[in-house]
Amino acid sequence: MSVISIFFTALFYISLIVFLVGMARKIHQFWITPAPLKIPTAPTPLTQTGVVMRMMREVVLFESLFKANKWIWLFGWLFHFGLLLVLIRHIRYFWPGDLPDIFLLTQPFKYAAFAMVIGLVGLMLRRIFVERIRYISAPSDHLMLIMLLIIGVSGAVMTFTSNHTDIIMVKEFASGLVSFNWANLPTEVHFLVHIFLVFVLMAVFPISKLLHVPGIFFSPTLNQVDDARSKRHISPWALKQEQEHATRLEQTLGKDE
Amino acid sequence: MAKEFDIPVLPTYLEIPELKEGIMDGEGPFKSVQEFQNPLGFPGEKVDNWQQVAIDKMGELKSKYRSVQVFLDSCVKCGACTDKCHYFLGSSDPKNMPVARQDLFRSVYRRHFTFAGKYFPKLVGAKELDDDMLDDWYNYFHQCSQCRRCSVFCPYGIDTAEISMAAREVLDAVGIGQKYCNQILGKALTIGNNLGLPEPALRDTLLDLEEEIEEETGGVAVKYPLDQKGAEILLITPSADFFAEPHIDGLIGYGKVFHQDGVSWTLSSYASEGANFGMFIGSYDVMRKAALRIRKAALDLEVSRVMVGECGHAWRVAYSFWNTLSGAGAGATDEFAQKLQDQLDHRYPQPQHIIEYTHDLIQRGKLSFDKSANDDRIVTFHDSCNVARATNMGGIPSGQFILPRDVIKAVCNNYVDMERSTIKEATFCCGGGGGLLTDDLMEIRVKGAMPRMQALKAVERDNGVNTLAAICAICKSQFSKVLPKFDFDPYMIVSVHQLVSEAIIMDKPQTAVQKDEPQTDTDDVTSTETAET
Ligand code: SF4
Ligand code: SF4
Repeated sequence: MSVISIFFTALFYISLIVFLVGMARKIHQFWITPAPLKIPTAPTPLTQTGVVMRMMREVVLFESLFKANKWIWLFGWLFHFGLLLVLIRHIRYFWPGDLPDIFLLTQPFKYAAFAMVIGLVGLMLRRIFVERIRYISAPSDHLMLIMLLIIGVSGAVMTFTSNHTDIIMVKEFASGLVSFNWANLPTEVHFLVHIFLVFVLMAVFPISKLLHVPGIFFSPTLNQVDDARSKRHISPWALKQEQEHATRLEQTLGKDE
Repeated sequence: MAKEFDIPVLPTYLEIPELKEGIMDGEGPFKSVQEFQNPLGFPGEKVDNWQQVAIDKMGELKSKYRSVQVFLDSCVKCGACTDKCHYFLGSSDPKNMPVARQDLFRSVYRRHFTFAGKYFPKLVGAKELDDDMLDDWYNYFHQCSQCRRCSVFCPYGIDTAEISMAAREVLDAVGIGQKYCNQILGKALTIGNNLGLPEPALRDTLLDLEEEIEEETGGVAVKYPLDQKGAEILLITPSADFFAEPHIDGLIGYGKVFHQDGVSWTLSSYASEGANFGMFIGSYDVMRKAALRIRKAALDLEVSRVMVGECGHAWRVAYSFWNTLSGAGAGATDEFAQKLQDQLDHRYPQPQHIIEYTHDLIQRGKLSFDKSANDDRIVTFHDSCNVARATNMGGIPSGQFILPRDVIKAVCNNYVDMERSTIKEATFCCGGGGGLLTDDLMEIRVKGAMPRMQALKAVERDNGVNTLAAICAICKSQFSKVLPKFDFDPYMIVSVHQLVSEAIIMDKPQTAVQKDEPQTDTDDVTSTETAET
């Protein structure tokens, strides 16, 4: 294997481990942090099924964002949905051996790259030209978009222009990562940039705002059932405090009578 | 005293303002002193090692509140919330954009609790908690009414109110409390209400009210029982209802409804306050103490229902938190909570809102109205934030929007809603909630009221609306003050139960049977709850 292949192979595993360990720790942290009070935001579902439906609408359709701002919604949704389709199409590279026929169906998903790039450009332009959004942006917010944009554009360049890369090699390299049959990878610059940034993105996932992906499922305003009157909701620390009589009225409130 | 400021001109269409950085910079509201700080368990003045104390407190809060932790990590700076805050729309100060307000807190969180912020602070906008930042916290977290409008529009449900509560808790922990809230809490937790009305004063007020109503109704003896043991309903209402205008007209309405139903009810002098400012300062413990007072009153008075009057955050605390804080509802295990659960009538949800009660009576045809009594009014309804975005009524989806409107329509012939994007879950705050209802914050109160006033102006112009009904004591007080600033009649704000009161047809005195004769001497409120409390 070439030095560059060894480097990228190593980078992949390092990023993957950072991603998995980081995400596991973060999700664990979200999980163990109690939500002491019921704080769902209207319009609140009164049942568990209602909560599941609400979550699905948020995750699939970006419902709140739609209510908030049609432009951000449009660009945000185009980007995410495009990304999803493109990711599904990428499974073919990581699949060791022959592809099941079902993958023929994902062939047109390559056009989703356009949706992704259009969405990203839209979000970028807003971030640069809309004063309020520029005000709230940190350098990392711009950087994240630039990275995604480069990933999207370099991918599209390989797919839709004559700058193809050796797809057989890509497949051998990528499926080799999964099945530990390491192989060389193509060395065209646009391909290397593409996967380098993907690996970097994977590694920064757990320490960046990409945490919105697990975060949305843990958001108490979205995931709580509005049933406070009929079911008691109490966190472990509050219960402990209650049992230990931490709040003693007669000590803190003066006379009771 | 309060500085001079420009009153916003109401635009025909609400537009997103251009940013005016620093326009609302300032000292923030008056600071609390030792006398009010210590009883709540907070240091009397800024502690010496305040930075360390603050960072430790932040660490504690993010591990105790999932909301804080998840919200700090999940914001993508999409900007969807930037134009949703009435204080931003009214003031143009970018730090009043919800995400920018959160960022005052988040930048410090990043600096001290995240990898990226520790090693690449510039890149991710991480900042130190220095004196300037602390001033910004105090100033701008007291320009948030915790109305939660931003949370409705955020794709992750990020609720700036939660961050503002956390920030205020940190500020209290380092000894920088807000005078208005903490002074009030002191009174509520020792005397039983925010005004510091002791039992004899309360009793006098209620007797005067009874006389007044008897005169006005031509002899109908509507009673306002206090500390009446064994009554069916304990009414917990904001103490503003006892003396302020237009609140008191709402109280008159409740009394008339109870009277017509013939139910026995009572107020408590020990827990004569519905408002729970513990929520505004973000303190679980303080909020719990106030809730426990109500539990004690309910136990001592042996009531079987607890009902909440027209107060927005009182209802939020009661509806969403009482069961958690004091076990008023179902499922609590401690002795007093269980006693209360056994005592309460399970045919009714605990707690109930007075609107639910009146609505139910109307549905069952138990009340008669002369709607024409309100014919001089064209009414619109202001959804109060805490009711609209954090609670329910009637146990049906969006009942908190339906029931109050039903009640109004049952007693008035002319009702119009304000523009759809400014009501219900998207309602604009009155501008005075969240512990901002103090004269030293008048500038932000007036500016923050602008979006609500703009929507009101539109229905005034197009539909001739001359009455604004609300079910929140803070809204009522705030509107009384700010309406004239925008050239509205300050008396156009009314309680929903005032409209009920004006239209309700009372039985003639001789047919009005008082089921439970109110006792003339004071019932001794003996303490049944001594061990835990
Ligand atoms: S809408 Fe939510 S995610 Fe977007 S900037 Fe505001 S708080 Fe952050
Ligand atoms: S005042 Fe309301 S809309 Fe504005 S930041 Fe606070 S909670 Fe959000």
